[in-house]
Amino acid sequence: MNRPAQSPALSLGPILFHWPAERKRDFYFRIADEAPVDTVYLGEVICSKRMPFFAPFLDEVIERLQRSGIQVRLSTLAEITIQRDQREVELACDRRDVIVEANDASALNRLAGRPHAIGPYLNVYNEDTLAFLAGKGAIHVTLPSEIPADAIAILGASARSLGVGLEVQVYGRAPLALSARCYHARAHGRVKDTCQFVCENDADGLDLETLDAKSFLTVNGIQVLSHTCLNLAHALVAMVAQGVTDFRISPHSQDMVAVARTFRSVLDREIDPDEASRRLQVIGLPVPFSNGFYRHVEGYRWAN
Amino acid sequence: MTTPELVCPAGTPGALRTAVDAGADAVYCGFQNATNARNFPGLNFTVEELAQGVAYAHARGAKVLLAANTFPPAGQTDLWKRAVDDGVRLGVDAIIAADIGVMSYISRAYPDQRLHLSVQAGASSPEAIQFYCREFGVKRVVLPRILTVAEIAAVHAAIPCEIEAFVFGNIGMMAEGRCSLTNYVTGVSTNTDGVCSPACHVHYEEDAARNLTMRLGEFTLDRFSGGEQAGYPTICKGRYRAAGHEEPYYAFEEPRSLNLSALLPELVRAGVTALKIEGRQRSRAYVQSVVAAFRAAVDACAAGAKPELAGLLALTEGHRETPGAFGGKRWR
Repeated sequence: MNRPAQSPALSLGPILFHWPAERKRDFYFRIADEAPVDTVYLGEVICSKRMPFFAPFLDEVIERLQRSGIQVRLSTLAEITIQRDQREVELACDRRDVIVEANDASALNRLAGRPHAIGPYLNVYNEDTLAFLAGKGAIHVTLPSEIPADAIAILGASARSLGVGLEVQVYGRAPLALSARCYHARAHGRVKDTCQFVCENDADGLDLETLDAKSFLTVNGIQVLSHTCLNLAHALVAMVAQGVTDFRISPHSQDMVAVARTFRSVLDREIDPDEASRRLQVIGLPVPFSNGFYRHVEGYRWAN
Repeated sequence: MTTPELVCPAGTPGALRTAVDAGADAVYCGFQNATNARNFPGLNFTVEELAQGVAYAHARGAKVLLAANTFPPAGQTDLWKRAVDDGVRLGVDAIIAADIGVMSYISRAYPDQRLHLSVQAGASSPEAIQFYCREFGVKRVVLPRILTVAEIAAVHAAIPCEIEAFVFGNIGMMAEGRCSLTNYVTGVSTNTDGVCSPACHVHYEEDAARNLTMRLGEFTLDRFSGGEQAGYPTICKGRYRAAGHEEPYYAFEEPRSLNLSALLPELVRAGVTALKIEGRQRSRAYVQSVVAAFRAAVDACAAGAKPELAGLLALTEGHRETPGAFGGKRWR
């Protein structure tokens, strides 16, 4: 990744879904070898029950990515319910070889005072919150998915003056909600404690349709995501000008190397956003695009 | 048993007086704008009304808690600061907040002002709560409705502040302060606009066979056959189709209300200082009935007697109730 430090960076968010551990390892090995990304976020953010599977591969994957010149950050759980969740957060926060991304205040409690990142599940809606967190050691903030363009512009200016990196998700299903209840288990007539990891069957989540058979939402364990796939290719140039430094692609089961290359090409002005969207329709998640949150209308909408 | 504080909803000046008269130890309310999480038309207080409400409550020994518990969008933090300034000037007993920027303002500008951590902050673990206590001097946390009674007891033992827990009313299925479902469908944000499933985006449609279809924006949330009891349509209590389900099902939760009245003694033993009743959008008659019933129940528990609770079921959504997560881990 031999570009000047000021050029916009591309990042790969944490895998939100429960993929088999070997598949995750191989996915990251290919990312390390082929994807034009600057940063990869590792770590399970949805469910601590999934963690033991990938744990034996974590150090190997970190090393492989770092050797490829990719910066690795470790994302913490988005919701803490039981003591095991808390222990996992503490284990992540105690690592010194990577920057940790805090996704809830319990991680923040442990990371305050040393350099860390803030994830999209910790609410940063305004410049006052951003400034406070920067004062506690936040060097990088990824915004929640529902923040509109006008607010991003203000936060971008603020982040610039604070010397904080600002990241926005530009591709993949948009996180919409978290719950204590596991909706994947519920869909199978089970509860969280007896789930038997049924979420592993759905590499991009479980689709929910309305009574009229209209695609609506996607279930991923305790998380609800959009059915639509966020695509902010048309907004990249504007966001760079507004102070956004990093653009996050959220992993899905399609060819994420090709998706990363497409966004890199737009950032490098090699292709225009229309061409990028045409490519993404072919290579990416086979669902409609959305950019409504960015445009401050209904989140599911797509308008350019 | 120590007697817990009964914290009651005051959506309007009338509801405030009703709740105080019915035995509330404290009422919570908000201003008529996006600074609070029940920003509905016809609800909430002007500055003058809150001044009168504080006087009314204080004259009768009740406290007033001001909810300034939404998240200010970038560039609009002044509105939240003004709500805080007004609340402090009017002498509210505590401000309930969720946004880190807002809490930072309160603790710097008004270090003596009592601050409660809103449920909208979603602080469910001792470590998260410790963060807010250390940074902003939070004196009480309103716990998310996701913990069992045993877990609440463990949290209580590990934090330096009081616990307030919801005991009755609407039960949202998603973690508070972390839900963009309404925004996804309507373009209005629960976190920044203070509205969940806004009525102006709700549509009802009845066909010839008296089947009632409920929509939010462009999406159908549920359909009821003639005579079936229909609750207010929210996304997290809608009925959906999914692979493996022949029939549509309640993918998140069924339309029913939280009712923890049977768990009152256990909650108090777990260390809960304050019991919160949801419902600033409800009528004065509802507030009167629920507050009076809980006043009697709390006093009965304190006297070691068995509380009479049957009347509360009639006030739950669709007359169906649940102890939610509080009842045990099978709920998750």
